[in-house]
Amino acid sequence: MKQRILLFTVAGLVLAIGGTFLLDPYRNYLLALIAAHLCAIAGLGLLIGRTGQLSLGHAALMACGGYGYALTVNATETSVPGPLQPVLGLAAAVITAAVVGLLLGTAGARLHGPYLAGLTLAVVMALPALTNEIGGLGGDQGLMVAFRSVPESLSRLIALEQWQAWVALTVAAVVLAVLSMVDAGRTGVRMRAVRDDEVAAALAGVHPGRTKVLAFVVSAASAGAGGGVLCFVDSGVRPGGYGVSLSLLLVVAVVVGGTGRLAGAAIGAALVVLLPWLIGQATSAVDLSPELARRLDGNLAVLLFGLLLIWLTLAAPAGLVSLLRRPARRSRTSPTEPSVTPIPTLEKDRQ
Amino acid sequence: MTSRSRSAVRRPAIALITLSLLGAGLAACSKPADSNGGAQTQDTPGITGTSVKIGTHTPLTGPAAAGYSPISKAASAYFAYLNAKGGVNGRKIEYVVRDDGYNPATTSTVVRELVQQDKVFAIVNGLGTPTHSAVVDYLNQQKVPDLFVASGASLWNQPEKSPYTFGFNLDYVREGKILAHYLKEKNPDAKFCVLRQDDDFGADLTTGIKQVLGDLTAEQEYAVSNESLTAQIGALKAAGCTVNLLATVTPFTAIALGTAAKMSYPAQWAASSSGGDYPSLVGYLGEDIGPKLLEGLVAANYLPFDADDEWVELFRQINTEYNADAPFTGNTVYGMSMAYTFAEALSRAGDSPTRESIVEALRSGEVMSNGITPAGFSADNHDPFAGAGITVVSKGVQAYVDGQVFTTDAEGGPVEPFSGQAVPLSGEGVPAP
Repeated sequence: MKQRILLFTVAGLVLAIGGTFLLDPYRNYLLALIAAHLCAIAGLGLLIGRTGQLSLGHAALMACGGYGYALTVNATETSVPGPLQPVLGLAAAVITAAVVGLLLGTAGARLHGPYLAGLTLAVVMALPALTNEIGGLGGDQGLMVAFRSVPESLSRLIALEQWQAWVALTVAAVVLAVLSMVDAGRTGVRMRAVRDDEVAAALAGVHPGRTKVLAFVVSAASAGAGGGVLCFVDSGVRPGGYGVSLSLLLVVAVVVGGTGRLAGAAIGAALVVLLPWLIGQATSAVDLSPELARRLDGNLAVLLFGLLLIWLTLAAPAGLVSLLRRPARRSRTSPTEPSVTPIPTLEKDRQ
Repeated sequence: MTSRSRSAVRRPAIALITLSLLGAGLAACSKPADSNGGAQTQDTPGITGTSVKIGTHTPLTGPAAAGYSPISKAASAYFAYLNAKGGVNGRKIEYVVRDDGYNPATTSTVVRELVQQDKVFAIVNGLGTPTHSAVVDYLNQQKVPDLFVASGASLWNQPEKSPYTFGFNLDYVREGKILAHYLKEKNPDAKFCVLRQDDDFGADLTTGIKQVLGDLTAEQEYAVSNESLTAQIGALKAAGCTVNLLATVTPFTAIALGTAAKMSYPAQWAASSSGGDYPSLVGYLGEDIGPKLLEGLVAANYLPFDADDEWVELFRQINTEYNADAPFTGNTVYGMSMAYTFAEALSRAGDSPTRESIVEALRSGEVMSNGITPAGFSADNHDPFAGAGITVVSKGVQAYVDGQVFTTDAEGGPVEPFSGQAVPLSGEGVPAP
């Protein structure tokens, strides 16, 4: 089971890295951003889709990863050899976010639906105030880390952005593999059981609180990995990049892509990174009258983005991934994804 | 092993493959950026025989847009004027303005888009300290000229570390020293206090102020996220402060003066160039009470400002003709002065400018800009202005106090009267090499 996941992950990663040779530097940069966001979105998808906990604070958890990365890299600048620093930084990113996720999840395990959403929303809103109050986090300006070029041995072969995409894809692959293992293993069964009926799950010997906290920690750690990668790519972390709007975008990506499915998370991540850019291209190509352009002044893109997302949710209520799945479902005799039938899920998972 | 769990195994692979396919799809629909552009004269990106393409990142949406979005419009208006006059060495300037919403993550993306997709020659006047710090290393690594950053933080003046980056605002420490020096001479027995923003801007300005005034009677801080200054102004009043120096951005200067008026607290107020622009302040306070509250306001400035100044007259005409007669404020002068300075640097970069030659032109010290003290760019200084003048609001008009122009350094050096001349207008504001 685990070997299979590892095998498929490595194969997928090799393919994805091969794919970077088809892209120009700017698109490789976007690919790196997509991979970083994918970490957070896949983790959030697991949290929402498997335990039904809605977090609006995942941007803050990404920021925790970013700060964990930056602080570690800056602290080890002289004492640790160069190539090892980002690795340590990424580990610290995951740990920082996991610890904060543990605190949040422990408090949140007692809360349901909107109350948990409210708690996590408060965290993301408090982030700028926190970074201002806590010394060493650099206030609004955030923390900068030393710029990382392509390693010497690869510098003739690939561009900077391609290297960044490689790092981001590798981290994303690890995160996806871990999430898949969690999802496919016992913990995944417990999470679904708790989501569908807490009382029944408790009677069956599953500890709902513990399961929810564990899910929150795993999901926070994934977000932290994403934040660490962003800090690596942008050579710094700033609270302004991790506001409420990013939190909402992550939820939008989960919903539009499709909850609880990693391919859906990938589509969602690509959408939230690429759509604003594509819309920007489209709106700049449209010639508006000077007066109208002045009134809209950059808001046209935001308006289009909103309308497009509404249309997408209406067109594919179960997420865009469901559109991909439809032909596959017809060809198979057994249902592959029992996401809407709670009790059979439990039965099936116990087999 | 059920079919369900097998699909779970495949998922990470499917996700990654989806991702790479999306990427490959993108590549298929992309085409090399300069395949449809004009023939390039050399290998320098953004330069053709007839045009120079440059770009900027600036907030057009979001909370900072109200204060700063007029700057890029003013700069675009000046470039339109310049192009109508024939451009620089026969090349028209194309100014690509990208909105980053004052969000550093967006800044990273739009700047890469400008550099790699739009193939701009240089990034000019990227706005904001937290936003621009996200891209300064990237631009220097890619050897893209990063000219005239819109921020007075000391980050941009590091010729060793960031050889391609040059600032445009007066260094905040220098500004604080000059402001404090003027106030000390005017009011030797006053109780001096500071109200400052809780970031580098507030800290640097206060550093300069304290170098001249020593310990202050009171220091108060505010965060931009909290739009009330009642506690801070109350504390200044209670401490008996008679001269208050403001390290505030424009909206908070307005709030400070309004709050003090409500508390019937008379004092002398002095603002930095970033928060002391009279027309902008009247915009916040209203035509009725604005002029009353702002009477006597002291502020530092380093760009032409007096209504009868020939630069200001020219910029006013450009604003009417090319900027749809938008409100004429310090932002307008700032945007157009910056754009003029770029045109000047470009004109000195040779007939076929390259990224290296424009940086070399700035390092040579030939670029004078149009500040009230000439720009002092050199090989080891990437800050333009070494000095500032003092403006005072009198009967609803903000104008320079005659002879009160000072220069100083960013360390412990003295503040000295500036004996030279402001750079005069020549060639109708179109630089000639």
